[in-house]
Amino acid sequence: MSAKAEIEIIERYCKGCNICVEFCPTKVLEMDAFVVKVVNADACIACNQCELRCPDFAIKVHKL
Amino acid sequence: MAYDYEKSIRPGKLPHIWCPGCGHGIVLKGLIRAMDTCELDRDKTAVVSGIGCASRLPGYLDACTLHTAHGRAAAFATGIKMAKPEMTVLCVGGDGDGTAIGGNHFIHACRRNINMTYVIMNNYIYGMTGGQFSPCTPTGMKASTTPYGNPDPIFDISKLAIGAGATYVARTTAFHATQIDKLIAEGIKHKGMAVIEVLDDCPTSYGRRNKFRSVVEMMKRLKDIAVPVTAAAKMTDEQLEGKVLTGVLFKEERPEYTEQYAQLIQRVQGA
Repeated sequence: MSAKAEIEIIERYCKGCNICVEFCPTKVLEMDAFVVKVVNADACIACNQCELRCPDFAIKVHKL
Repeated sequence: MAYDYEKSIRPGKLPHIWCPGCGHGIVLKGLIRAMDTCELDRDKTAVVSGIGCASRLPGYLDACTLHTAHGRAAAFATGIKMAKPEMTVLCVGGDGDGTAIGGNHFIHACRRNINMTYVIMNNYIYGMTGGQFSPCTPTGMKASTTPYGNPDPIFDISKLAIGAGATYVARTTAFHATQIDKLIAEGIKHKGMAVIEVLDDCPTSYGRRNKFRSVVEMMKRLKDIAVPVTAAAKMTDEQLEGKVLTGVLFKEERPEYTEQYAQLIQRVQGA
């Protein structure tokens, strides 16, 4: 399955609250030392849930 | 393309001061989307706040903003609207700021039905000042000033606003991110006092003392307790216990204050 979107993470803004990781329906994201990172980019379905719920403006979902 | 929030944020202001997982950031994003939906001219939009975590919000927004005394957001906003009725006036603040310290200003702004939109972020506590209980801290829950549990019953902000005379009252939660901007946009378009209560999470001052293990647990709780008003009509009282209604709770048309005041001036000066 190919990715439906490219996820951009602004690491400087991320505070590691874990909201995006928990609410991602396809487990694309993971926490690494309190900063989110993309671990399974191909599974992204571009649902935008992580961008909507990120309180820190740290995630941008660029639809492909 | 991803949503461009940064065009509405003052340069160099991010990352913001809110704690990890605080829902205020989600509300700020919702407010930006709502302002874009309504195509507001940033030079003709005033965003007013009092003191507190939630009241830091206008500091990040690229608009005409005013950070005022504790609880006095509604009073300053009323002044702006009376002096410049052509401006769109938005008020933001927390539950303590809006309903305790500024409770009087809040109910009287509702009573006058002045054309502004008040977004209240209800995180059940005074976060910035050290976690004291607010009028919205649920009975039995702990705060720094109620270490054995809060004995007081709560203020229902939406019911208070309806009772005081606001003509558009809606409620949502920080979890329901897309609903936030929809309701705020509707509130901005509504002619009269619009109150939008957003249930929020405060992991640092409220969650930590009340055995919420994580931010995600608090977010899931917001998801679980919310029941849309349309669905609630088909539910029994037992099913609705412990739930809160979300969506547009009240809407009516009533004469707006600045218009009434302009008519009064015209009548008196014309005579």
